[in-house]
Amino acid sequence: MIELFNVTKKYGNKTAINNISLFVRSGEVLGLLGPNGAGKSTTMRIIAGYLLPTSGSVKVAGFDVVKEPVTAKRYIGYLPENPPLYKDMTVYDYINFAAELRGLKGKDKAHHVNRVIEEVGISDVKKRLIGHLSRGYRQRVGLAQALVANPQVLILDEPTVGLDPQQIIEIRQLIQELSGKRTVILSSHILPEVSSLCHRVAIINKGNLIVENTPQNLGKSLMGHQEIVLQIKGPQDKICTTLESLSGIKNITVSKVLKENLCEYTVQSELDKDIRESLFYAMSEGNFPILEMKSSFMSLEEIFLELVTEEPTAASQKEAN
Amino acid sequence: MNAVISIFKKEIKGFFYSPLAYVISAVILALGGYFFSVTLFTTRIADISGVFMNLAVILIFAAPALTMKLLAGEEQDGTMEFLLTSPITVPQLIIGKYLAALGFFLFITALTFIYPGILLTLSTPDKGVILATYLGFFLLVAAYLSIGILCSSFTKSQVIASISGFGILLLLWISSWLSDSISGPLGSFFKTLSISEHYMDFLRGVIDTTHIVYFMSIILVSLILSMYSVSSRVWS
Repeated sequence: MIELFNVTKKYGNKTAINNISLFVRSGEVLGLLGPNGAGKSTTMRIIAGYLLPTSGSVKVAGFDVVKEPVTAKRYIGYLPENPPLYKDMTVYDYINFAAELRGLKGKDKAHHVNRVIEEVGISDVKKRLIGHLSRGYRQRVGLAQALVANPQVLILDEPTVGLDPQQIIEIRQLIQELSGKRTVILSSHILPEVSSLCHRVAIINKGNLIVENTPQNLGKSLMGHQEIVLQIKGPQDKICTTLESLSGIKNITVSKVLKENLCEYTVQSELDKDIRESLFYAMSEGNFPILEMKSSFMSLEEIFLELVTEEPTAASQKEAN
Repeated sequence: MNAVISIFKKEIKGFFYSPLAYVISAVILALGGYFFSVTLFTTRIADISGVFMNLAVILIFAAPALTMKLLAGEEQDGTMEFLLTSPITVPQLIIGKYLAALGFFLFITALTFIYPGILLTLSTPDKGVILATYLGFFLLVAAYLSIGILCSSFTKSQVIASISGFGILLLLWISSWLSDSISGPLGSFFKTLSISEHYMDFLRGVIDTTHIVYFMSIILVSLILSMYSVSSRVWS
């Protein structure tokens, strides 16, 4: 649905984004992650057709954003980082104007305007001036503007920034309801938000796309191994030798001693092997009851920090070469 | 076409809701009324050319003040991003806004019909001259507004848009002064460039196609430059 081919954007000598290629399938929610100034907003603006890429091309619903901007933009609903609102217009007039600009007319327009006002929960303020609304309502009006023509592609730049926790939950629920029907790209630096909302995550730092995967796979591939945390009852040395005898195991550590004869073990295995079954049978054979077993993934915070702090060294090595 | 109409409707509504637009109209009409009555009482000649000469000068200030928010304001409030990511083109945007400004000024112009109206009830003024005056005034305002829009497209600041518009219009108004001191082709160039030279003939009742072409060219060039300016600011 959204395709970026080797997109680069330069401002003078400064490279804002560098050779990014990204593909988002229909119905998918992609999260763009990155520290401030990484190039998230620039990427989104280019997809929305507000900035021209210096090189590379962008297609939305099969239409080139640069060559056929008007057609491509019909498929897009875009919420910039600061919701673009006219303070001296009423909420209803503004949404109505947005609908007209998107080519809606007559009954169809009225239907969509009323639908979206219901959907984002702003019907009680629809006759008020936007300038008099609170931050949370303004954000929703911005979202309503993006949603009014029922676009297939939604681009949301930091949709929950500046909202209170209750509003954040509501906006997230709204995005969750929208996903599936629509293709969504959203940027955020709130990591739990991304891991709960997005099917895939793309991490951008200093204009480069560092990695792109599902939140779960990201954790796996970064650790280079799988990790299982177990609580097993039984003598420690015997359990360790049994564990060592299993195939595919890389490392065993006793991470906690909980009681006498009850320890927590962290077992690292090869990436492509699922050792949980053989582990279970081995323990039951030895009569060592497993009280708890869980796969541990790196949290998105850890992944993010690892990638973003690793990046400068990789870049400086490149420069040195 | 629909996009032009939507933008036109939004902007004209904006003018009628904005206090600034009313202040500008009030100032224009108050000064216009003053000029009209003073000329009428002192000269006792049924002629509106004096009023429209003075109005043309007042509009050098007023027109940029009215157009300053049209593009600079959008840039300032961040709503330009909203407009340019909508499925509309830059020419549609500029034309919609330009027509709205022109529409609002036609409303102000309509209020000045009271001057010839009074003359027609009291005396028998030359109707041809009045029609020519209004045609000239309309073209003049249309040119002023296009330059105002152009200045509004250069900047985020409404103050800069307004003052630069005022400067350009004033320079164009008085550029004929140079022709007095510079002789030859350069002098006549500055004379041709001057708005006042072209406008004055209309007030005398002369409708010359050269003047119409002059005003149309200013409008066309300013609007096309505005389109380029908006596109390049966004796409830089």
